[in-house]
Amino acid sequence: MGIRFVLMVNKQGQTRLAQYYEYLNLEERRALEGEIVRKCLARNEQQCSFVEHRNYKVVYRRYASLFFLVGVDNEEKLSALHQLCNNLDLPIYNKSGEGFNHQLIHPKVEAGLPNELAILEFIHLLVETMDRHFGNVCELDIMFHLEKAHFMLEEMVMNGCIVETSKSNILAPIQLMDKA
Amino acid sequence: MGSQGGFGQSKEFLDLIKSIGEARSKAEEDRIVLREIEVLKARLSDPNTPKFKLKEYIIRLLYVEMLGHDASFGYIHAVKMTHDDNLLLKRTGYLAVTLFLNEDHDLIILIVNTIQKDLKSDNFLVVCAALNAVCRLINEETIPAVLPQVVELLGHQKEAVRKKAVMALHRFYQRAPGSVSHLISNFRKRLCDNDPGVMGATLCPLFDLITIDADKYKDLVVSFVNILKQVAERRLPKSYDYHQMPAPFIQARICMNGLEENLTALQNAYMDIPFFKEAGKIKLLKILALLGSGDKKASEQMYTILGDIMRKCDSTSNIGNAILYECVRCVSSLHPNPKLLEAAADAISKFLKISPEIAEQHQLAVIDCLEDPDDTLKRKTFELLYKMTKSSNVEVIVDRMIEYMISISDSHYKTEIASRCVELAEQFAPSNQWFIQTMNKVFEHAGDLVNAKVAHNLMRLIAEGFGEDDNTADSQLRSSATLKEKFAVQHAGLGHEKSSERVESYLRIMGEPKLPSAFLQVICWVLGEYGTADGKYSASYITGKLCDVAEAHPEDDTVKAYAVTALMKIYSFEIAAGRTVDILSECQSLIEEMLASHSTDLQQRAYELQAILNLDAQVVEKIMPVDSTCDDIEIDKSLSFLDGYVRQSLENGAQPYIPESERSGMSNISDFKSHEDHESSTHALRFEAYELPKPSLPPNVPPVLASSTELVPVPELSYVSDILQSATSAPHASDAGSSALKLRLDGVQKKWGRPTYSSSTPSTSSTDNIVKIQSETTQRDSVGNSDPKTRDVSYNSKKQQAVEISPEKQKLAASLFGGASKSEGRHQKTPKPQNHTSDKSRAAKAVDIAPVKTSQPPPDLLDLGEPSITTGGPTIDPFKQLEGLLELTQDATPVSGGGVGTADASDFSSLFANMSVSVPSYGVDNPVSDVINGNGLGGSTVESSVQQMSKGPNLKEALEKDALVRQMGVTPLSQNPNLFKDLLG
Repeated sequence: MGIRFVLMVNKQGQTRLAQYYEYLNLEERRALEGEIVRKCLARNEQQCSFVEHRNYKVVYRRYASLFFLVGVDNEEKLSALHQLCNNLDLPIYNKSGEGFNHQLIHPKVEAGLPNELAILEFIHLLVETMDRHFGNVCELDIMFHLEKAHFMLEEMVMNGCIVETSKSNILAPIQLMDKA
Repeated sequence: MGSQGGFGQSKEFLDLIKSIGEARSKAEEDRIVLREIEVLKARLSDPNTPKFKLKEYIIRLLYVEMLGHDASFGYIHAVKMTHDDNLLLKRTGYLAVTLFLNEDHDLIILIVNTIQKDLKSDNFLVVCAALNAVCRLINEETIPAVLPQVVELLGHQKEAVRKKAVMALHRFYQRAPGSVSHLISNFRKRLCDNDPGVMGATLCPLFDLITIDADKYKDLVVSFVNILKQVAERRLPKSYDYHQMPAPFIQARICMNGLEENLTALQNAYMDIPFFKEAGKIKLLKILALLGSGDKKASEQMYTILGDIMRKCDSTSNIGNAILYECVRCVSSLHPNPKLLEAAADAISKFLKISPEIAEQHQLAVIDCLEDPDDTLKRKTFELLYKMTKSSNVEVIVDRMIEYMISISDSHYKTEIASRCVELAEQFAPSNQWFIQTMNKVFEHAGDLVNAKVAHNLMRLIAEGFGEDDNTADSQLRSSATLKEKFAVQHAGLGHEKSSERVESYLRIMGEPKLPSAFLQVICWVLGEYGTADGKYSASYITGKLCDVAEAHPEDDTVKAYAVTALMKIYSFEIAAGRTVDILSECQSLIEEMLASHSTDLQQRAYELQAILNLDAQVVEKIMPVDSTCDDIEIDKSLSFLDGYVRQSLENGAQPYIPESERSGMSNISDFKSHEDHESSTHALRFEAYELPKPSLPPNVPPVLASSTELVPVPELSYVSDILQSATSAPHASDAGSSALKLRLDGVQKKWGRPTYSSSTPSTSSTDNIVKIQSETTQRDSVGNSDPKTRDVSYNSKKQQAVEISPEKQKLAASLFGGASKSEGRHQKTPKPQNHTSDKSRAAKAVDIAPVKTSQPPPDLLDLGEPSITTGGPTIDPFKQLEGLLELTQDATPVSGGGVGTADASDFSSLFANMSVSVPSYGVDNPVSDVINGNGLGGSTVESSVQQMSKGPNLKEALEKDALVRQMGVTPLSQNPNLFKDLLG
């Protein structure tokens, strides 16, 4: 799915959780968060939940005062895949043309792009999972149990892929640790 | 639940969290964090720090780093904590390390050992923690250190371990495919794992593998289908259901994998998750199962199902339309089936409700989207327009794009739009004039963002235009018109025409302090080539301008180089024409300055110029033939004419030349780095950079040219200029210099005016020069017939847009859509009607879908969110907002004021209701409110906040709860449904 980062940011733009699946140094992170947060927070509820920023597509969702932002691959990956297709001599363009320059992207390339709607639901799943663990999760829960929120995320996402979607599976190790 | 019980967070920690939560500004937050850094430095360096405290310190470090401050002083402690025996500490340590370090950090080496040990642990949780770290911290070099253990863990009895081991392998594959190439069969094995979690995770690496080479994994299709069937038949554990939908995430992934066999699956993957959830009823599972099974059978079955869906679709609801749309997309990507196509066409007409007015509305909606404040919508709309651009609507669309491009500041997207403008202009330009105009605009506003190739393309186009004049004597009249046209446009800003208007725009452009370098280069080049060609302007006028350009950009060597070369051309034209050259004093000083330039390139150019000035007319004419940029030039690559000189020098005792590659310790001038290999590969002066790549050239040359991305060929050796002074070599260099500018473009596939990727316009398919002209003219003719209308419309609509009357938009729409269809009929061979319609439907879709998207989040969530936005006024203390999260049904606190008034019981904004209010309402047994108070609020802080909020009466109670909560730990746990709503609604 190509998740590049997961951010939780409150309405005031304060970061509450940040997890990156590619390495960015402190400066880059700070800049990126600043830009994205400004962009997303400026949007109203009527506006689309997907925002493009630099080479990311940011899928965000708001829960109460907390914004959940997930950055996924955008064109960068697309162009990488384009390259791949070129190398493999796969047709990217619809050569028949059909009248206009309908640049049909090869489905394979398109498949590599994340499904934003799935990401949107992933966010919801994350919130539901936290809710199950904390019980009526709120921003404070995440602040006081930052490491647990991270643990959950670690169970759900590895290498930028969603690997686990079963709430009980996600929470099992965390509960075991609590008991220990 | 799990968060219950004491987790030993200290008061200090609670205070920290509270103060961070309460911070009103970034500055305040920074102060808090800086103070915290000092505290942590002291604490961490204290050897007596107890272990359990250490974990908390590390988490505080996480905060420091998360809030944008450097926590590197504590990294080593995080590393140390990974060694701990306590599982929780270990995992926290690993977490911190993964968050702090990248895989190439020096400290990683200290962890590899720990990871190795942990991978062998009996406790599977320890193994899991280590595998998590493996996925983040192991780089290519350290893979071998853990690989054997990871592979072993693939067979671990705990599914969680197997899953993570699979992902670790996946990671290795991403990092260094070679390192695990022999282990790929393991992925196949794990796909058949008993545990659905492992199976699901395995889909990730398999997806990568299949994307690269589908054929190798065709045999897995059966497995995919089986898995899908299991999913569909709900044979997975219930825990994988998501909103009553069986394992949607796995389905989506499988769809993507299965799609290698059947393209449609993709579309369904898109449909899958959201629509299932929203629409609920549609039984996509079966389709998905069928999709994977591949080939004819599946397709046939799919036909019926798709047909069914299309028939049953409820086109009154957004979701129904969305599904319908997906079906149509599905069908269009399938192997054509007449019946289904018919059905699709039906669906489309249903979609458009058959009425053309409605379709028009959709078109208008597209126009609206262009003006929508939502940037995402705008971008999508431009993407749509980009895809539906044809020669008939290219002007309107590119106009719009440029307008938008000017308006945005996001350079990433600006670049994209600019390159799209260029691409469209190259493919569909109705006329040379328009093309050049457009390019000028793009350059003016995004010159530094567009590829340098584009500038070269433009110059080549101009040059070719002139070349064609020579080649086609019979069309002289017309082509000279073209020529003038180009001239006029190109020089619009350069005072080439006498009209004051031109001069004004010239002044405007030249007066702008920040013209993009690429644009200036084009200007200089054109001035040099053609500035004096028609005699309107004196050489001294043009040279004066060129000097101005060079002087105005003292740091930009490339521009200066272009300017000098242009000067050289103008002077040589003058000399060749037998006129006496009168060098302006500013030119003289410019040349002198460049003779001493640090840039050898500039130096050489200046010397060349000087040399040429001293030559007589005949020689100069040979060196610099007028308008020769398109001529082929023969180049003696081996420089055989120098052989005698070399021999003589050697005889006189000179050292033989040693190619740079064989020399060591040569310091390279950084500017010329890109030419290094170049130099070494040719073992000679880099003359070939100037040369014309002809098909007949030896094969090694084009790559060389292609590899050098620099605009200006830069000879490296300083004595080059001396050699160049000999008349023989100069012509090669200087001539080719000008031609090289365009020659570099040869990497560019697309030729202007000829869509290379679409065969749509028959007249544009030829590459021959003469035919080119003809086609251009025919194109222009046809444009002449059909275009003015469209153009008028677009101009009108633009003018009147300020009024924003819908007729104007309609016109714009007409120029976008209507005009499009018209020209499609005219210019192109029988476009499939379906295409056009689907195009429309797409447009319509963009419109329809967008609202769907935005309105998608279930109302319950938004219900909570919205009010909190409106009421959560900035005046309110953020921490109170936090409290608000835990908020109670009771609102109506005097403090929250207006916000509260509007908020209903379940409303978030009542969050602002302070804790004191909440406390009473909840009663003692409500731990949550206590928590709020307890959460790190010292009694005094509580008091102060209470005072702030004037909640006097409840203070006491609040404090009591505070104490209570602190005993319990700080987690808000409440059975209160309203609290539940806080995040989740």
